[in-house]
Amino acid sequence: MTFDTVTGVLLIPAIAAALLAALPGYRISARLNVAATTLTLICALSLFFSRPAPGVYLLVDDLNGTFVVLTTFVGFTTSVFSLSYIGHELETGRLTPPFVRFYHAMYQVLMFAMNLALIANNIGLMWVAIELATLTTVLMVGIYRTHEALEAAWKYFILGSVGIALALFGTILIYMAARPVIGEGLAAMEWTVLVTRAGAFDPALLNVAFVFLLLGYGTKVGLAPLHAWLPDAHAEGPTPISAVLSGLLLNVALYALLRFKMLLAVNAAALAPGPLMVTLGLLSLVFAAFMLYRRRDIKRLFAYSSIEHMGIIAFAFGMGGPIANFAGLLHMTMHSLTKSAIFFAVGHIAQVKGTQRIADMGGLTETHPVLGWALILGVVAIAGLPPLGIFMSEFLMVTSTFARAPLLALVLVFGILVGVAALFLRLNSIAFGEPRGSSAKAQASYVPMFAHLALVLAAGIYMPPALVAWFQNVAGLLG
Amino acid sequence: MSRIDFDIAHLLAGSLVLISFLELYQDRLYALLNVFAAHALVLAASVAWQAFIQDAPHLYVTAAIALTFKAIVIPVALHRIIVRLGIHREIEKVVGVGAAMLAGMGLVALSMVVMLRVTHGADPLAREDLAFALSVVLLGLLMMVTRRNAVGQVIGFMSLENGLVLAATGARGMPLVVEISVAFSVLIAFIVIGIFLFRIRERFDTVDVQVIDRFRGERR
Repeated sequence: MTFDTVTGVLLIPAIAAALLAALPGYRISARLNVAATTLTLICALSLFFSRPAPGVYLLVDDLNGTFVVLTTFVGFTTSVFSLSYIGHELETGRLTPPFVRFYHAMYQVLMFAMNLALIANNIGLMWVAIELATLTTVLMVGIYRTHEALEAAWKYFILGSVGIALALFGTILIYMAARPVIGEGLAAMEWTVLVTRAGAFDPALLNVAFVFLLLGYGTKVGLAPLHAWLPDAHAEGPTPISAVLSGLLLNVALYALLRFKMLLAVNAAALAPGPLMVTLGLLSLVFAAFMLYRRRDIKRLFAYSSIEHMGIIAFAFGMGGPIANFAGLLHMTMHSLTKSAIFFAVGHIAQVKGTQRIADMGGLTETHPVLGWALILGVVAIAGLPPLGIFMSEFLMVTSTFARAPLLALVLVFGILVGVAALFLRLNSIAFGEPRGSSAKAQASYVPMFAHLALVLAAGIYMPPALVAWFQNVAGLLG
Repeated sequence: MSRIDFDIAHLLAGSLVLISFLELYQDRLYALLNVFAAHALVLAASVAWQAFIQDAPHLYVTAAIALTFKAIVIPVALHRIIVRLGIHREIEKVVGVGAAMLAGMGLVALSMVVMLRVTHGADPLAREDLAFALSVVLLGLLMMVTRRNAVGQVIGFMSLENGLVLAATGARGMPLVVEISVAFSVLIAFIVIGIFLFRIRERFDTVDVQVIDRFRGERR
């Protein structure tokens, strides 16, 4: 097989995982981790310029190309962040060298699994990749081996596996629907074939399949009421993994749902998947917005904020149409960048304060001005205030929804406002007021978080026409 | 397809549902483990029969995996874990036997109604297999809900996966990729679970999930 960039996106993390599993020594492996994610990012970026024709197993088109670039970019910045984060964990003794070795290998396996899930052309292969990603994150969430970490990992494992099992049942049903039309064999599981022939599938079978897929992959997206694993998994695992979970893995599951939604859209007699996604999306948004008020743990707070934003994104894609899809894509990108930046800041804050309890940290802008203001900037961005990127996407979403379904728009605005108020309430006690907790100097890597926030700010002020055209093109694909 | 082929396939798939019911009310871990081994054994027979009537030799591999891993290796290993942890006492249940059985019957009825209605285009064997498979999946879910013990939940999850294998083999000509992956994921899942059980034991001296629930992050 000749080397091309698509195999590179898969091969580099796979080789790096094997190397990292074999290499002892934190300094070398952490740098190797960064080098591998850099190379993967370069391969992913080159997909913009040249991409091979879709094969039986792999496929790169405009839709998943966008996701792959986002995934590898955040994967890269998170590996830079994890360099200083894991170093600190080693110093304080929360992690021992064997666990750090395991962590780095798993990080690359996770990157491999997510990239494979995105570029798989086969619904079975995609399922396997998402299962692999789930298992690796389960192991990472439990890595601290505390009571809470084990409980979180167990809960995530059980709920995630049930979700994944339901998704497999849905996948089998899709094959059953495709078989009479396409015939037996691999072709009946290929995206490129399925999408062209879905019009002739049995609509009743497609409907049932989509319900299972929505419940299954919806669990992985973290949509309410299937979200129970998400706050625990985010709060108890290492912070780089919280950033990757929120910023990337939720997107990957959503991508799977979007592909199946496109499949149903081709079949005129099948049910419209939009209203289902709109309902689950709004439910998650409003539920998570209220849950934000009672959070006492800083990572849990931002985990609920992720549920809220995944709800908004699912809502946007459920509404469909060029403007809502555009807003959904933009929101997804901005949320990934902002939320991972917030988790970078939160990770360092929790390290210097030695706790994740909101009550034990305060006056952060006085004790650690850079971290404090980075967190403030991040929360301002995630709350959707102008001129940052999330304001743009939320504004587009709200205005386009008001034109089509005013009642739904009211719920959307209500949910967003409730969430914003809760976030600022909590931010106020963390960032301002009497300084509480340790004021030791932070050994933080500021570059990844400020790079993300700068991108979000830039997108809010000026979007290059090329990027707009690209997103419009992808939004058109989504129908 | 001859009448007898259909009948045997039907019998095997039906027995799987029946054994799922047997699993529901076992209140001792050893008994539960033995019933699960029987579940896997019937699954292996069912898959092998499908391989024979569909003339699909690759399915024999799936049957062999089900036989060796699920019917022999995993029960034996879990048996050892139970002995080592010293938890071969009675299983406490969240709901009673009667309620669980009634709920199970409701779930089987539900899956019949749903699957038979939407698949009238498919061939009769695939239809029935799918309906039985969904029943096994839902009964596995029910078992995970009604068990508080971590080992019980794991067995519930594995019988749920058995239902998925039944569905995958019933779908004629489904590529091997998925079947092997199912077997593989069970294997991986099992290793994960094994590690977890030991870690849970290390930390809590119990595998009762309700005790773990006391350490919820919120209440720190």
